[in-house]
Amino acid sequence: MVKSFWTVMAALVLALANTTQTVAQEPLRIEITEGVIEPLPFAVPEFEAETAGAEQLARDISRLVSQDLLGTGLFREVPSTSFISTVDSFVQPVAYADWRAINTQALVTGAVSVNGSQLVVKFRLYDVFSGAELGGGLQFAGTVDGWRRMGHKVADAVYSRITGEAGYFDSRVVFVAESGPKDNRLKRLAIMDYDGSNVQFLTDSAAIVLAPRFSPTGDRVLYTSYESGFPRINVLDVASVGRRQLTTQQGEMAFSPRFSRDGRQVVYSLANGGNTDLFITDLATGVHTRLTSAPSIETAPSFSPDGTQIVFESDRSGNQQLYVMSASGGEPRRISFGDGRYGSPVWSPRGDLIAFTKQNAGRFHIGVMRTDGSEERLLSASFLDESPTWAPNGRVLMFTRETQGATGGPSLYSVDISGRNLRQVAVQGFASDAAWGPLQP
Amino acid sequence: MNKFMTSVILCGAMGLSACTNPDRFGAGTDLGAGGVDPNAGLSGPTGIDQSGLGDPTSPQFFSQAVGDRISFDVDQSTLNAAAQEVLRGQAQWLLTNSDYLAVVEGHADEQGTREYNVALGARRANAAREFLISQGVPESRLRTISYGKERPIAVCSDESCYAQNRRAVTVISLGSLG
Repeated sequence: MVKSFWTVMAALVLALANTTQTVAQEPLRIEITEGVIEPLPFAVPEFEAETAGAEQLARDISRLVSQDLLGTGLFREVPSTSFISTVDSFVQPVAYADWRAINTQALVTGAVSVNGSQLVVKFRLYDVFSGAELGGGLQFAGTVDGWRRMGHKVADAVYSRITGEAGYFDSRVVFVAESGPKDNRLKRLAIMDYDGSNVQFLTDSAAIVLAPRFSPTGDRVLYTSYESGFPRINVLDVASVGRRQLTTQQGEMAFSPRFSRDGRQVVYSLANGGNTDLFITDLATGVHTRLTSAPSIETAPSFSPDGTQIVFESDRSGNQQLYVMSASGGEPRRISFGDGRYGSPVWSPRGDLIAFTKQNAGRFHIGVMRTDGSEERLLSASFLDESPTWAPNGRVLMFTRETQGATGGPSLYSVDISGRNLRQVAVQGFASDAAWGPLQP
Repeated sequence: MNKFMTSVILCGAMGLSACTNPDRFGAGTDLGAGGVDPNAGLSGPTGIDQSGLGDPTSPQFFSQAVGDRISFDVDQSTLNAAAQEVLRGQAQWLLTNSDYLAVVEGHADEQGTREYNVALGARRANAAREFLISQGVPESRLRTISYGKERPIAVCSDESCYAQNRRAVTVISLGSLG
C-alpha cells in the first residue's frame, strides 16, 4: 500500500521570497456554501525540476494540481499561453504585476526533486492581487510511485487555504465495479483514488456484493455479500484483502452495514421472517443489540459524527421516510415531510447536513437537508440517482446514477452541496455504491 | 441434409412459435437487444421439456406445470388471488414430494433504492413462505432469500418488465438448505 510508505515531512516554512505588501482588493477566499457564480482564476506554471530526470514528474504533478482544482468547479485555469513571465525557479521573486495583468488571482508555484525512489514536492501559493504569499511554503515527501498523492496533497493545501475548508483530493473511494448484461450482472468490490485513478479490485465477481462502507480510518470495509448463498455482512481488511463474516443466525439476512465513528461497532439491517429491523454488533465481543422492533422496514442506518444519533429510513408511515433516533435505540423522530419517498440517508462528517435519495413523480434525486429535516435542497435529478456518500470535508457528494433500458447501467457522479458542479467520475465500465473514505494522513 | 432443412425439422418437432420465421441462411441465431433465442428456454422456466412435464414428480413439472413464481403489485407484498392459486399448487406438490426442500427468492423491480428493495424482497419471499406453511408445508423445509433488485429477468425500464421482476420464485432442491 502506498499509504505505508507515505511520510509527510514537517511543514517546512520557507523564507518569504517577496514580502511586498499591498492593500488587497478582495481577499483570496471562496465561500463554498454560497455557491460560486464566477470561478476564481488561478495559474499553475509547470513545477521546477530540481534534479535531473524529474522533469516529467514535475509536469505531471503540476497538471494534477490543476485538474484537482478545476474539478471543484470553484476555479478556472489561466492558460499558460497567456503567461507574461515564467517561473523558472522556486526561490525567485514573483512578478505580481505580470500575473495581475492576465487576471490571475491565485498563483501556485512548485519544485520537484527525485532521489532514487524518494520524491520531494514543494509548493507556494500566492495571492496575486494582495501581492503576498497565502500561507507559508510547504514540502511533502513520499515515493515516486505515489506521485499522484503528492499532487493531491498540494491541491488539498491550496484548496484549503482559499476556501477555509479541509481538502478532499488525497482520499480513496470504495465502490462496486459492475460488468455484464443487466440480467446477469457481475459485481465486485474495488477501490480507487477519488478521481477514478488507481483502480484495484478487492474481491472477485463470484458472488453479488453490495454497498461497501469504509471504516473511519479507511483501513477496513464493510459490505454485503451473497457468497454464503444468503446476504451476509463481511468485514474486509483493505491492506491484506482478508475478510471475515459477521455472525448471523440461520434464516436471517443481514445487509446495509455501516461503521460507528470509533470503528468498533457495526449498525445494520437484519431481515427475519420478512421483517427488517436495525441492530448493532460490537466487532470485538460479537454481542448483538436490537435497536428497533417494528413490523415495518427499518434500514440504511448512518451515525451522526458525535456517535450519539442514527439517521435511517423506515416505511412505518406507509412509505419510505427518514427518521432520527438515539444511537442506543428508543423512539425515532421523523424528519422528512416533503412529497415522495426518502431513502439511503447519510449524516455529513461535519454533522450539519443529511444527504438522501428522494423518489418523487417517477424521478430520483440526491438531496441534502438539515438534521431536523428543514431546508431540503435537491442537487440532482434523473431516471435513477441513489446512494449518496460524503467527501471527507462534507462539502461534496458522490452518488450512483443508473441509465434506463436494456443497455442501461450505473456510473458514479459527484456534485457539491450547492448543486452547481455535477460531474461524472472517470471510471472504466459500470460503477455503483461508492463510499468515500477519509482524507489520508 | 442442409442447414435449412435441419432448422425446419427442429422447429417442427418443437412446435415453437419463434420458429415460424426460421433463419433460412443457417447463419445462426441473431440475438439483438431483447431478442429471443429459441434454444435458450429449453430447460428454463419458459421452455418446454416433454420428458419433465410427463413426470409429475419432476422439478420441471413443478416449475412449469405447477408454476414456480408469483407476481406482486408495485411496492406490495400481499398475495393476490392468482398468487394464492399458484402457491396452493406448490404446497400440494411439496406435500406429495416430501424429499424436496424449497428456497423462496424475493425480488423487486429497479424502481427503488437498493437497501429498501432487499427488505421488500424479504417481505415478498416471506409472504409466500407463510402461505406455504399455512397450507401444511413444514417450516423446516422452507427458507427465504431476498435478491432485491439485483436479479432482474426482464431488462427494459417500463411496467411490462417491472411486472415480471416483482416476483417470488420457489426454487426446489434435494440438497441441504445451507
